[in-house]
Formats: sequence, C-alpha cells, structure tokens
Amino acid sequence: MATRQTSTLARFMMAPAVLLLFIWMIVPLAMTLWFSFQQYNPLNPIRDGFIGLANYKLFFSNPAFFAAIQHTLTIVVVVLLITIIGGILLALLLDQPMWGQGFVRILVISPFFVMPPVAALVWKNMIMHPGYGVLADMARGLGLQPIDWFAQYPLFSIILIVAWQWLPFATLILLTSLQSLDIEQKEAAEMDGAGFLSRFWHLTLPHLSRAITVVVLIQTIFLLAVYAEILVTTNGGPGYASTNLPFLVYQKALLEYKIGQASAGGIIAVILANIVAFFAMRAVGKNLDK
Amino acid sequence: MARAVTTQHKAIATAAAWIVAFLIFFPILYTIITSFKSEQEAIQGFSMIPSGTLESYREVQSQYNYFKPFMNSVILSVGSTILALFIAVPAAWSMAFSPTRRTKDVLMWMLSTKMMPAVAVLFPIYLIFRNFGLLDSRIGLTVMLMLINLPIVVWMLYTYFREIPGEILEAARMDGATLWGEIVYVLTPMAVPGIASTMLLNIILAWNEAFWTIRLTTTNAAPLTAFISSFSSPQGLFWAKLSAASTLAIAPILIMGWFSQRQLVRGLTFGAVK
Repeated sequence: MATRQTSTLARFMMAPAVLLLFIWMIVPLAMTLWFSFQQYNPLNPIRDGFIGLANYKLFFSNPAFFAAIQHTLTIVVVVLLITIIGGILLALLLDQPMWGQGFVRILVISPFFVMPPVAALVWKNMIMHPGYGVLADMARGLGLQPIDWFAQYPLFSIILIVAWQWLPFATLILLTSLQSLDIEQKEAAEMDGAGFLSRFWHLTLPHLSRAITVVVLIQTIFLLAVYAEILVTTNGGPGYASTNLPFLVYQKALLEYKIGQASAGGIIAVILANIVAFFAMRAVGKNLDK
Repeated sequence: MARAVTTQHKAIATAAAWIVAFLIFFPILYTIITSFKSEQEAIQGFSMIPSGTLESYREVQSQYNYFKPFMNSVILSVGSTILALFIAVPAAWSMAFSPTRRTKDVLMWMLSTKMMPAVAVLFPIYLIFRNFGLLDSRIGLTVMLMLINLPIVVWMLYTYFREIPGEILEAARMDGATLWGEIVYVLTPMAVPGIASTMLLNIILAWNEAFWTIRLTTTNAAPLTAFISSFSSPQGLFWAKLSAASTLAIAPILIMGWFSQRQLVRGLTFGAVK
C-alpha cells in the first residue's frame, strides 16, 4: 500500500506536528539548562554570569528543597493509593445491578470536570473553612472544636482535594474495564464455587491490570505537577509545609527572581519526571502491544 | 427465592451507590445551592435550602465583569482545539494509514513530551512571551494550550483512524478515486465521529488547564481559571459570589463531560481501555 509517493506524503503530513513538538520541547528546555548554570537576576544584573554548579548546590542546600521533593512524592503516592483502591471499590459497587445507574455514574464522574482552582476554593471555603465550612458546622453540631484544616494539616488537605478530583477518573476507567470482563467467565467462576474474594483475586484483578497501569501513568503525569490547588489554598505554607517541587520552582522564579536556582530546580523536576516516566512508559508500551 | 435475593441485592447496591455518589457530588451540589443564597444566608450555617435569590449572579457580572473571562475561556479552549486539529489530523492520518517502523516510536515520543514538567520551562516561556509581547494575549495562550494538548489529540485521532478498515481505501482506489477523493469522500465521513470526540475532550482539557492560563495572563486574556484563582484572597463576604462564579465556570464543561464519558475513557487511555 505504501508506495514511495504516499510515504513521502505521509512524512510531509506528519512534519508540522513533529516539528512543533520538537521545538516546543527543546528550545525552552535548553534555555532552562543554560540558565541553571548562570547567575541571573533581572532585578539586579550586576553579578550575572556563568557560575557552574553553584545553583544546584544552593538548591540542594535549601531545606525547602528536600521538603518539596518529599511533598511531591507524598502527593503522588498517597493520591494514587486512594484513587486506585477507592476506584476499584467504587467500580465494583457501580458494576452491580441497581436502579438509576446512569445517574449515579454522572454524579460520581462530575468532580473530574471541575477546574482545579474551583475545586480547591470550593473545598477551602465551602467545606473545610474553620468558620463557615460544612465540616465546621458539623463539628459544632457535635459539640466539638472546628478544625482549621489548611493551617493544621496543609498537605493532607491538598491531598484530599486532589484525590477528590482524580477518584472519579480512576473509577470511570476501572468501571469501563470491569464491564468488558466477559460475563460468561464470571458466571463460570461462580459455578465453580469460587467465592467473591477468590474471583476478585484470580479473575477481576488480573483483568483490571491494564486499566490500573494506564490510570497510574496518566495520574502520575498530572500529580507530579499539582500547582493551582496549592496556589489558591495554602500558597505553599505554613512555611514550606505544603510546598511541592513545581511550587518551589515557581516561587524561586517569579516571586524571588532567582532564575538560576529556579532553573536548577526545573532541571531536577525534569529528571524526576523522567525517572517516573521511564517506568510508566515501559509499562504502557508493553500493554499497548497486546 | 433466588428472585427475592436478587431484588434485595439490588436494593442494597442501589442504596450504597446513591449514598457514595451523593457524598462525592456534595461539594458541587452545595456550591450550586449556595450560589442561590444571599451573602448573609451563606454564612448562617449549614442549609440545603436557598432563598433562590439571583443577587450573586448579578453581582459577579456587575462587580467583576464575569462575561469577559468566560468568553476568554471559550475562545482559548475552542481556538486551541481547532488549531490542534489542523495540525494533528494530517499527522494522525499518515501514522494510521501509512505507518512505518518508526511510527510507534514517534507516538511514544510525543506522549513523552507531555511528561515534561511545566515548571521546568516556566521562566524561558515567560521570557519568550514577554519578548514577543505575548504575555496576557489570547493568541499566545491559544498557541500554548494547543502545544500542551497536541500529543493527546494526535494519540486520540490515531486510535480512531486506526479502526477505519484499510480495505475500504483499497476499494475506493480500485474504483479510480484519487488521493484527494479518497480523503474527502471516503475517509472523512468515517472519521467525523472520532474527530468530534477528540474535539470535545480537548475542549474540556483546555478549559480546565490551570498552570499556563494563570501564569501567562493578568487581566486582558485571563480565562476563568485565572479569574477564579483571584478569589483566593477575598475581601469581605464572598461565599455566595464565589459559588455563583464557580457554578457558571463549571456548568458548561460538566454538561459536556456527562455526554462524553465513553470518549473520555478512550481518549485519556490512548485507546488502551474502551
């Protein structure tokens, strides 16, 4: 089918997309790499110039750095755990015969379509606000002291919001995969007297493995980059208690104008993302071959 | 007997699912309810019954000129999606219909560009935008959103196009169709559903993008994500107004999302889960 003429045409048709993405990836990244070896301060350019690895040393010696890495990974791991385990349980529940299944699905999937700033501000003000939030109303109703969530448990609060946004996504994907499980297989397993747990372990879970892989990959991409949720709720605080790597880099670059250090942080973020991506892409690539 | 057990089972499943669904949906529901309260009502403690006033909706328009960021969101999400389609359709097309040994590598590479953390290029992009006068401009941001979502658009289209059987093309060619005729009369009609779903999902993604839209705009080109973020440091009573603004910001996408559940699964999993 592919004569020389059509394959030339094919290459020509692909060129704009490939070129654009290549430029978009390589130019800013090269600039970041260059800046990461420079002293560069737009407000005070006197000492600007090449300083070798000093930015990386500064960034590593900053106590906020390790906190930020730790928070970044905590957000990724905890949200993944909540959404995968919760998503499997919810998908199993929604897969049962019931009245109004379509409507229930619509309610469950909804948080995924809420833009991050709205999700974060709604949780911050309507639900978790220590004065006027629903949780505070409930606490007072029970005669308890309302909790100031974002001051006392900042990272937990952000994880809660992010998990609320991604649980619907995981549920929807896992439910779709669950529904493609052959009903005859299920019935055969039931006939053989396999109990619920054994059916789940030997039949359902292996069937879901591909969907779980995909959920982990997609969510990891987005969870490594959580930003707006932090910006509108805790602004990284108190102190650095809820600062993750993207947020730290943003603070260094646009608030403190320490471009060199911010760029070093950006390169570290790229390396971190690559390590994660390496494993995730391999898994997805393998799965897509099937 | 078995029948009774089934009904009972169904009743329990229904009750459990409705309770869980209600809890998950509650923050959205309560925001919608609060948007129909006055500011005084909104802080008077928990209540699911609003007075039904439209005061907050009027105020977000009169005080903050809500329509402007709303239109910016529409322009940016639709504009970037159409632009992405123009570039992605030919690419996905050629990958699906004349694949080479490297096609899969190219696709994986495209996906990997999605993994580049946005913060890593925040300052260079900021600098480029500033030097080209693109900060706070709709054109700059449209291009930006197009670039971020391009890999997903190509991937989605590719998975749809790949399902169009190649035999149909051969048959058309036998009948003497030219390449152009093949594209316009044979492939396009078959590809329209896939393109439409891709468009829908991409509009949703672009509408909700909340890093570049916040950082590269101030007032002129600011879409709803940036507008809502400005409520993070409020002055005075704002619960009902925040709710009204939030409700308006999520309503169109929520409704689009409900209709695109299936496509969403397919699109976001690159065809791996259908």
